[in-house]
Amino acid sequence: MTDDPHGETHLDGNAAAGTLAELFTFDVTVAVGRCAGCGRVSTVADTRSYLDGPGMVVRCTGCDSVLLRVVSSPERTWLDLRGLAYLEVDHVTEG
Amino acid sequence: MSWRVARVSGLRDETPSARTLVLDVEDWPGHVAGQHVDIRLTAADGYTATRSYSIASAPDVERVEVTVERLDDGEVSPYLTRDVIVGDQLEVRGPIGGWFVWRPEEEAPVQLVGGGSGFVPLMSMVRTHAARSSSAPVRLVYSVRAPDAVLYAGELARPPGHVQVTYAYTRAVPEGWPDRPRRVDAELLAAATWPADRRPRSYVCGPTGFVEAVADLLVAAGHDPRTVRTERFGPTGGTR
Repeated sequence: MTDDPHGETHLDGNAAAGTLAELFTFDVTVAVGRCAGCGRVSTVADTRSYLDGPGMVVRCTGCDSVLLRVVSSPERTWLDLRGLAYLEVDHVTEG
Repeated sequence: MSWRVARVSGLRDETPSARTLVLDVEDWPGHVAGQHVDIRLTAADGYTATRSYSIASAPDVERVEVTVERLDDGEVSPYLTRDVIVGDQLEVRGPIGGWFVWRPEEEAPVQLVGGGSGFVPLMSMVRTHAARSSSAPVRLVYSVRAPDAVLYAGELARPPGHVQVTYAYTRAVPEGWPDRPRRVDAELLAAATWPADRRPRSYVCGPTGFVEAVADLLVAAGHDPRTVRTERFGPTGGTR
């Protein structure tokens, strides 16, 4: 059914969209990102997200590297994007 | 994107464990079929819990419907499916997600494959298709454990024009059903979905294992991976 070595506990980047919408003025999940680990290029929606921890972790579907992490406290939010080599954002994003 | 106040204006039990909430949302900007909302509950001590729910309705002004499946060990769904009453207020953020969406302007054949409560955003697509009198032909495969777990059964019994519905019952079949319980497999997909040369747009939503299996089968059947959009649907996303 799945090659996910960690069981079927992950969702995809769609599930991270609400949290990311608090931080960005565009829909990050329709942007295309390059994994800094393996170089895989994919839509952010087409990744694996893990939401049950203290923060949110989005991992590469290809190599399982962490692409981005978001941790929020009531006062502020930390955003770690070190796993993304780049994000490519269309100027005319529908929706 | 900010939180908005939503008033519960209607409740509908869809199955013994799933309920639709009709929400009137202040300044709701409208949505595109396939999008979801986040719902936030705040306890008296300030503790908050946020969950994502797919929108089930066709786009409308100020009104949005979500269907919630009760998870008995859940933090939010037992409240939304048992305790909420008409007139209650909730906090809603959305609409969210520009990836897993279908727009009625699109004319290509549409392939919908839903598993369990992952069917909800596909119902928004079916309803949008009907509301906008789209001429795009739609084939729908709905994998569900038993007849009493089918969401929107009444509506699907009379599907709007251009929509062909195929059920795959995984544990119990209706009386007189000509097939045994079965999972969605290559054979069923070959019989019930568009062939790859029709170049449909495919939307697959359900539990993670279901989505990955179906997406792999569609690609193996010759569909371009770029035309297969997926949404994994589950309790939440694990802890890694």
